[in-house]
Amino acid sequence: MKTALGDLELRQPRTLDEALAMLRDDGPLLPLAGCTDVYVQLEFGVMPARRFMDVSRLRELRGIERMDGGGLRIGAGATYTEIVRAPLVAQRLPMLVAASREVGGVQIQNRGTLGGNVANASPAGDSLPVLAAADAVVVLRSAADGERRVPFTAFHTGYRASVLRPDELIVAFEIPPVEGEQWFRKVGTRAAQAISKVVFAGVKGGPRPRIAIGSVAPTVVRAFRTEEALASGASIEEAQQVFGEEIRPIDDIRSTAEYRRRVAANLLRRWWVGQ
Amino acid sequence: MRFELNGQEVEVDAHPMRRLLDVLRVECGLTGTKEGCGEGECGACTVLVDGEPVCSCLVPFAQAGGTSVVTIEGLGGKHPLQRAFGDHGGAQCGICTPGMILAAVALGPNPTLEQVRVGLAGNLCRCTGYEAIYRSVLGAYEAVDDRRPAAEAPAVGGGSKADGGAAFGTGADGGRSDVAGAGRSRSNGSGADAGAGSAGKAGL
Ligand SMILES: Cc1cc2nc3c(=O)[nH]c(=O)nc-3n(C[C@H](O)[C@H](O)[C@H](O)COP(=O)(O)OP(=O)(O)OC[C@H]3O[C@@H](n4cnc5c(N)ncnc54)[C@H](O)[C@@H]3O)c2cc1C
Ligand code: FES
Ligand code: FES
Repeated sequence: MKTALGDLELRQPRTLDEALAMLRDDGPLLPLAGCTDVYVQLEFGVMPARRFMDVSRLRELRGIERMDGGGLRIGAGATYTEIVRAPLVAQRLPMLVAASREVGGVQIQNRGTLGGNVANASPAGDSLPVLAAADAVVVLRSAADGERRVPFTAFHTGYRASVLRPDELIVAFEIPPVEGEQWFRKVGTRAAQAISKVVFAGVKGGPRPRIAIGSVAPTVVRAFRTEEALASGASIEEAQQVFGEEIRPIDDIRSTAEYRRRVAANLLRRWWVGQ
Repeated sequence: MRFELNGQEVEVDAHPMRRLLDVLRVECGLTGTKEGCGEGECGACTVLVDGEPVCSCLVPFAQAGGTSVVTIEGLGGKHPLQRAFGDHGGAQCGICTPGMILAAVALGPNPTLEQVRVGLAGNLCRCTGYEAIYRSVLGAYEAVDDRRPAAEAPAVGGGSKADGGAAFGTGADGGRSDVAGAGRSRSNGSGADAGAGSAGKAGL
């Protein structure tokens, strides 16, 4: 590991309240959940933080529960493996199961958490389009202000930036009932262990179509205008045109902007008209 | 800090953010666990924590406290998978082998090819081209039936949190690894206790 251990400090709160008090009184402390992002940064020596707090044992962050009215509440500390194994998620949010199955390999799925994926705020996070298309709500908590709820589509504010404050933790995600047929596709170099080049989640057949796409802009994009176009009867070609205006892909080591545009347009067509 | 290592309660003193991989190899002297990439990509460092495969290069030691950890040494060299990797040429240079075997252990006995492909997707191998590895895993339990009386085979983990880790503690060889035994045989890189000497005899 490129980062010297001697410089690192780890706090280990036993309850959520204790953790939030530590963040308020003794911050800054960077939360550690499954460590599948943080330890990679430590390994490369590119992690600026030196003081950490283990949140992996906080029971208040765990659990997957049904909410009144058909919704779903998933704790920020739920791992991909827990999500894949939860019959409740398979019933209510199958596109999240599909996304979780394609994150890393089994080893990463056993540790990596939904909260970590969202807080990490990479535009390539595989769960992000799913939560955006599902109109999820992010439940945040701090010692100062208690709980606040932020619509998922307002959570990320830019490349690796979000509204999460240093004294806050993500506690859970609340997902209202999703009407319609859910669809998820990840396009990468290979299915397992590859970071997405483009990742797409869609819902159709409900009251209105919903579309979210990752890796094609600094944050995940909820394509409201494309949804609008499709809802008002636009042809797929017209919708693809609008979709192209809503995304802002770039060239990077994994792919080119042009490739991502083509793939995004193709995914839209495949999802909407079927092959 | 206390945790269970290969079926035995141990107490180990190390920085809470030290990688579990380093604690196992250095503090515990169990060098069967390999480091490939150090960033979660290759799976060479795979161990079982409470029965589930994880990359020990991404686990802070603090998170192992109170858990049950199984390394390749915990299989005692006699697990059907260890034998099968030797018999079917599943181990060549051996760096990926301990991780492959532990990821395969978590699948439980007689997995399907599809389960093996998914279960081992987080383990990379630069030598075998994978086919020999799939053959080894699929052949492992047949070998038990064909050639060895069932009673001889050590207990096999069921792959679920409830029974995976615990099964080793009570298995025939569960308590064998001694934490201080840095120089113990077979722990210095030769084909992961899988019998590298016979690797390749199946003819690839
Ligand atoms: C080999 C490999 C393959 C991967 N493949 C994929 C992939 O296919 N798709 C994908 O999307 N990702 C992938 N990842 C990235 C990573 O696994 C995910 O982003 C994972 O969800 C991160 O979760 P974690 O619990 O491990 O986060 P950690 O590393 O523990 O934390 C990540 C960030 O989230 C913050 N955080 C964690 N929990 C909370 C909380 N409750 N409240 C506030 N902040 C919090 C931490 O402070 C940190 O900033 C991969 C990683 C590796 C190493
Ligand atoms: S060394 Fe841990 S995954 Fe490669
Ligand atoms: S990496 Fe050499 S045998 Fe797999």
